[in-house]
Amino acid sequence: MAEAAETQTAEPAKMQISDEVAIQINGMHKWYGDFHVLKDINLTVYRGERIVVCGPSGSGKSTMIRCINRLEEHQRGSIVVDDIELTNDLKNIDAVRMEVGMVFQHFNLFPHLTVLDNCTLAPIWVRKVPKKEAEEAAMTYLERVKIPEQAHKFPGQLSGGQQQRVAIARSLCMNPRIMLFDEPTSALDPEMISEVLDTMIDLAESGMTMICVTHEMGFARKVANRVIFMDGGEIIEQNEPEAFFNNPQNDRTKLFLSQILNH
Amino acid sequence: MSDLAYNKTERHEDLPPPASEVGVFGWLRHNFFSTWYNSIGTLVVLYLFYLMVPATLDWVLFSAVWDATSNQDCRFEGAGACWGFIDARLNLFWYGFYDIENYWRPSLVGLMLLVFAVPVLFEKIPAKLVGGVTGVFGLGWAVWAFGGLGQVASLNLPVTIGLLAFIGLITAGVFLRSPRSVCAIAIVGVFPWVSVSLLYGPVNVESLQSGLGIAVYAILFLAGGGFGYWSSKRLDALGAFLGYLVAYFVAVIVFLSWGFGLTIQPTNTFGGLMLTLVLATVAIGVSLPLGIILALGRRADNMPAVQMLCIGFIELVRAVPLITILFMAQFMLPLFLPEGVNFDNVVRALVGVSLFASAYMAEVVRGGLQAIPKGQFEAAESLGLNYFLKMRLIVLPQALKIVIPGIVSTFIGLFKDTSLVSIIGLMDLLLIAKSSVTDSKWLGLEHEAYFFIALVYFVFCFGMSRYSIYLEGKLHTGHKR
Repeated sequence: MAEAAETQTAEPAKMQISDEVAIQINGMHKWYGDFHVLKDINLTVYRGERIVVCGPSGSGKSTMIRCINRLEEHQRGSIVVDDIELTNDLKNIDAVRMEVGMVFQHFNLFPHLTVLDNCTLAPIWVRKVPKKEAEEAAMTYLERVKIPEQAHKFPGQLSGGQQQRVAIARSLCMNPRIMLFDEPTSALDPEMISEVLDTMIDLAESGMTMICVTHEMGFARKVANRVIFMDGGEIIEQNEPEAFFNNPQNDRTKLFLSQILNH
Repeated sequence: MSDLAYNKTERHEDLPPPASEVGVFGWLRHNFFSTWYNSIGTLVVLYLFYLMVPATLDWVLFSAVWDATSNQDCRFEGAGACWGFIDARLNLFWYGFYDIENYWRPSLVGLMLLVFAVPVLFEKIPAKLVGGVTGVFGLGWAVWAFGGLGQVASLNLPVTIGLLAFIGLITAGVFLRSPRSVCAIAIVGVFPWVSVSLLYGPVNVESLQSGLGIAVYAILFLAGGGFGYWSSKRLDALGAFLGYLVAYFVAVIVFLSWGFGLTIQPTNTFGGLMLTLVLATVAIGVSLPLGIILALGRRADNMPAVQMLCIGFIELVRAVPLITILFMAQFMLPLFLPEGVNFDNVVRALVGVSLFASAYMAEVVRGGLQAIPKGQFEAAESLGLNYFLKMRLIVLPQALKIVIPGIVSTFIGLFKDTSLVSIIGLMDLLLIAKSSVTDSKWLGLEHEAYFFIALVYFVFCFGMSRYSIYLEGKLHTGHKR
């Protein structure tokens, strides 16, 4: 299995990464009240990179990527996304959110709107795209995630895997330059995980800058060019997937990997 | 191979349910006679029906007296309800002490409300059909009302033309490309002012009496309109909105002071169902948007001042009985107002009832807002929607849908609470009924009067209740989020 993944990874991973910085996080700290959740996070993401973030629960993985589109506020340090610094300035926040798509663990589709309306809502209201154009674009993305036939159904009528693929299409409709995935497969039935991962692999191959919080180690080996391991609110190990999985350095990483890989 | 191993290669086909589960008998057995105590309950209820229904029907229908000129006609052995009384007093019940020759004005308001509300309320009914049907009826009725009452003469020609042109214009609007939105805009932006003009007449706007005042209004109108146009050219939505809003309100004030040039119908002649409907419609129309704003304000954690203001208002109003608020509006408001500023009694009641209902509405809406999962807010934010868009497109549609039963309950309660205005001397439906049985000609007909107004209240409240069920069904879009 390890060999198969290696042969598949190498080429696309090295080809599409540029030296243009997409996200720059410097000395970022975050507290929830007295609780210090994120400690001195430093991370540079280059355009076209595909980063997998893993770590035990409560390690701050989700909080970190949620800081990147300001769903969570950081209290110290700086986050610069696409040359826009995230401050309290609402204009900057909106500008960043237009460039950064996000996919959630629980899909968070809008249940009162059809699949198509879910996809066209933000382009129409935020990007001011004419309705017809937005619908055409939405249909191409729905085709890309392989569910164009569900366009006129409501989210409540779809399976979990289908809903997550719609959520991915919905984010893509805003033409983001960066995509964040917050445990996109953790709430899915085992049979549906692969359809979502296939969509994500397809997206990775198209050169999208991605940060994925996930425990799908097969996915990490296949598409990531960097794996980040977090524990206790800190990034404690960071490496290329091969080295990360085959030769972890930190004891905590070793323990984590032994627990999730050998069951 | 062990006995437990099993491999099913052929799948079982789907079979129809057994006969005892379907059909009328299946349904009856399931619902009415499923257990011995359920069967007893069913029989007891049937017996109670047997006791009550025939007697009631006999009083209401079979033995009722439909023609009567006074209560003497209904005083014989075995006489049922004296409906002749209601018939003789019907105008009073509908219009209160409104001048008979002006009955067409409230009727026209009601008609307009129907024309515009029905297409907005019911998606499936095409606006063109509503417009067409009411147009034909309305025209026939207008001919009858004006011709029958000889009112054409009392309306001067320009006014008649203005009124007809206006009605024609908005009816034409119904036939336009997007009738539902035209109707919605008309109901929010045009209908209230037209109704004031029709029901009351021209409003005395003192600042419009002098040349200077007129000049100021003209300048405000042009400046507002100009600024709005200029802003919309620059794609500045807020500026355009504010500019046009100023121009719109100037236009409204000028229109109100013109009021179709009709004669003034004092509000102390408003009464009966008409007054009840005016109170209820205004209170419903004000309380929903105001309640939403209050609810959003109460949840605005990042703006403590706004939050405190909303909480203070809601808690204060909810802690006080409606009657107290009505009394205060009636007797205490004048103490705080400067000399000479005098609000109309009906307007005071309207303000009191509307504010009262808003506080309740705010809490109902807040319940809905709290039921929306955090993920919906986050998804909307992650797509770049600002606060206004997030609330309008994502959160409120879902929150309001959840609390439709609560909203409609508040509306129904409010509709019935309007009867409390009789305490401050307004002749609403209930007080009219109460006082009309004190007429020596119709003494002792309380049963009929109260039965009748109960029926009227029931029709409106039950209608609202059914509408809420229809709406819930229409907005149901799946099973889970």
